[in-house]
Amino acid sequence: MTESVPAPATPSQDAKSFADHLRAIEFDARMIGMIAALAVIWLGFNWLSGGAFLTPRNLWNLSVQTASVAVMACGMVLVIVTRNIDLSVGSMLGFVGMVTGLVQAQLLPGLLGFEHPATWLLSILAAVALGGLIGLFQGALIAYLAIPSFIVTLGGLLVWRGGAWWVTQGQTIAPMDSRFRPLGGGIEGAIGTSASWAIGLVICALIVAGIAFARRRRKRYGFALRPLWAEIVLAALACGTVVGAVAIANSYALPAGVARRLVEAKGGTWPEGGLTIGHGLAVPVLLALAVGVAMSFLARRLRFGRYVFSIGGNPEAAQLSGVNTRKVLMLVYGLMGMLVGIAACISTARLNAATNSAGQLDELYVIAAAVIGGTSLAGGVGTIAGAMLGALVMQSLQSGMVLIGVDTPLQNIVVGIVLVLAVWLDGLYRKRLG
Amino acid sequence: MDMTTPLVEMREISIAFGGIKAVDHASVDLHAGEVVGLLGHNGAGKSTLIKILSGAYRADAGEIRIAGEPVAISSPRDAKRHGIETIYQTLALADNVDAAANIFLGRELLTAWGTLDDSAMEAETRKVMGRLNPHFRRFKEPVKALSGGQRQSVAIARAIYFNARVLIMDEPTAALGPAETKQVADLILELKKQGIGIFLISHDLHDVFDLADRVSVMKNGKVVGSAHVRDVTQDEVLGMIISGKCPPGAVAGPGALRS
Repeated sequence: MTESVPAPATPSQDAKSFADHLRAIEFDARMIGMIAALAVIWLGFNWLSGGAFLTPRNLWNLSVQTASVAVMACGMVLVIVTRNIDLSVGSMLGFVGMVTGLVQAQLLPGLLGFEHPATWLLSILAAVALGGLIGLFQGALIAYLAIPSFIVTLGGLLVWRGGAWWVTQGQTIAPMDSRFRPLGGGIEGAIGTSASWAIGLVICALIVAGIAFARRRRKRYGFALRPLWAEIVLAALACGTVVGAVAIANSYALPAGVARRLVEAKGGTWPEGGLTIGHGLAVPVLLALAVGVAMSFLARRLRFGRYVFSIGGNPEAAQLSGVNTRKVLMLVYGLMGMLVGIAACISTARLNAATNSAGQLDELYVIAAAVIGGTSLAGGVGTIAGAMLGALVMQSLQSGMVLIGVDTPLQNIVVGIVLVLAVWLDGLYRKRLG
Repeated sequence: MDMTTPLVEMREISIAFGGIKAVDHASVDLHAGEVVGLLGHNGAGKSTLIKILSGAYRADAGEIRIAGEPVAISSPRDAKRHGIETIYQTLALADNVDAAANIFLGRELLTAWGTLDDSAMEAETRKVMGRLNPHFRRFKEPVKALSGGQRQSVAIARAIYFNARVLIMDEPTAALGPAETKQVADLILELKKQGIGIFLISHDLHDVFDLADRVSVMKNGKVVGSAHVRDVTQDEVLGMIISGKCPPGAVAGPGALRS
C-alpha cells in the first residue's frame, strides 16, 4: 500500500505531452478526435458535392434525420454499458409506430373527435408507455430469467416486426394528426427564428451557469481547479456552437409560398420584392437534445447512472455492494423502450404515416452510433454525448453519399467499413492510454 | 473463553450447491476486539461460510446472531445494515469508476436535490485514504489504473469508512508485497484496538499466528476445531488443516477426525 504515483515534479515536467495538457484541463481527447472526424467528413463531402453539403438546407435536414437514431442511441449507451445489447429497437420502433398511428388515426378520433387538441399528447404518451412496457418485459426476461440479451432481443427483432404487420394486416396508416406532425420536422416542425434565438440564448446561459457552478463547488472543497482560461475557452466553444447552430437553422429560408401564407395569416401584406423567413430549429432536434441532456444527467448525476456504470465495470462487485443489479438492468431496458417510443413518434410524424417497415435496420445504426461514439462493447464505458455525436457521424456519411449520388449498396459498404475502422482506431487509442 | 456475549455467532450453518455440502453444520463465533483466523485448504468451505455472513449467499440452515440477537441476512445490504463489512479476495471493485465511486457504491452521498454529491464523496475519500495510504493521489482515475496495493487500500477504505463492527478479510495480503502486508497487519491491530471484530481468512499460518487471537479450522465443509493461538502450536494447526486431527489444546468440532 505504499506504492503511489511518482511525484509530479519530475525533471521532464516541461516536456509534458499534449495528452497530459489535455488531461490537466480535463478536455476529453476522444471527443476532440470525434469532432475532428466529423469535420473531415463534412469538409470532404462539401468538396465532393461542389459546396452542396455545408448549406443551411442540407445541415438542417441532416439534423432532423439524425434525431430519431440519436434519441435511441442515448438508451443504447446504457444497455451496452451494462454489457448487454438490444437488437430489437428497430422492430420495436415499427411496432410502436403502428400502434401510435392506430391510436391517433382511429382510436382517439372515435373517442374525442377528429383533430382533437389532446390527440398529439396522448399519442406520444401512448408510444412512450408502450415502448417502456415492451422494454421492461424484455428487460425482465434478461435480468430475472437470465436469458442472454442477445437472444431475447433477437427474438424481439422478429416478434415486433411481425407485430407491426399484424396491427393493421400490413396497411399503412396516414395521415397523422396535424399537431403531431411537427415532431417529425418539416416546415410545420420548425419553430421560427425568434424562438430559436430565445432557446439558443437560454442554452448559452445554462452552459455558463453550469460551468461556474461546478467551479464554485470544487473551490469550496479545495480541489484542484481547471485553469480559468480553459473554462472560458470551453464556455466560448460551447456557446459558439449553439449560436452557430441557431444562425444556420435561421438562415435556411422557408419556401416563398409558405412564407407568404404565414405573413398573410398574421394579417400582414406580402411585400413586392418578397421576404425571407428562416426555418429556425426543428422540433425533433430540440427533442433529441432534451433527451440527450436528460440522459446525460441520469447517467452522470443520479445514483441510477452510477449503478449502471458500476454493473458494467464489475457486476459481481455491484451486487456485493448492495446494488440491486437485476432491477437496474430491467429498468435500463425499460428506459431504452421509452426512448424507442419517442423515436417512433419522430419517425411516424416525419413520414406523416405509420408503416410496418419503419425502423428497419435502425438497431444497427443505433448500435453503430453508440459504438462509434466510444461506447465499449466490453461494458462499463460510454457517454451519451459521444453516442449522439456518433449518430451525427453516421447520418452525415449517409446523407453525404446520397448527396454525391453514391448507390445504395455502396453506401452500406462504406458505412460498414467505417464502423469497423472506427472501432479499431478506438481500440488503439484506448490501448495507448492504458 | 470469555463469557461475554459474542459479537457474531454463526450456529450450525449449512449450505449445499447441487447436492455438495459446501458448509456442513459449521459454528464459529467472534468477540468485539478479537481477531479470529479461519483456516483450511482451498474448498474447505471457509470462504463460503464467510460469504453467508456477508450476505452473498443465503444459508440453507442455521442461525446467525449479532450481539446475541438472531438476525436474517439475505443480501449484502442486510449484512451492511448490521455493520458487517467485507474485503473480498477479488477486492470486488468496479474497475471503470474512481476510488470515491467504489467506496460509496450502494451508499452514495446525495445533494439536497437527490443528485450524486461527487465533491463531498471525493472529499471524504481524501480523508479516509489519507489515513490508510497517505501517498494516494489518483482520486480522479478509474481504479483499473491503480496498483495492487492501491486497489487494496480502496477496498479496505470502503469496508472501514462506514463504521464497521465486524470486518471480514478474505486473504487480504495474498496479492501484496512484504511492505504492504506489514501495513495491513498494522491496520488489523489498530482496528482491533477500536473494538472491531475481525474474521481473517488466510492461507498463511504465520500471518494468522501473528495477528489472530483464536483460530477455527475447516475441512470438507466442517469445523475441525477452534483454539486460542497460545494453546496450540503451528504444527498442530497444520495437522488440523491437513488431516483433521484435533489437538488437546483445541475444542473439537463436528469435522474432527475420530480415532
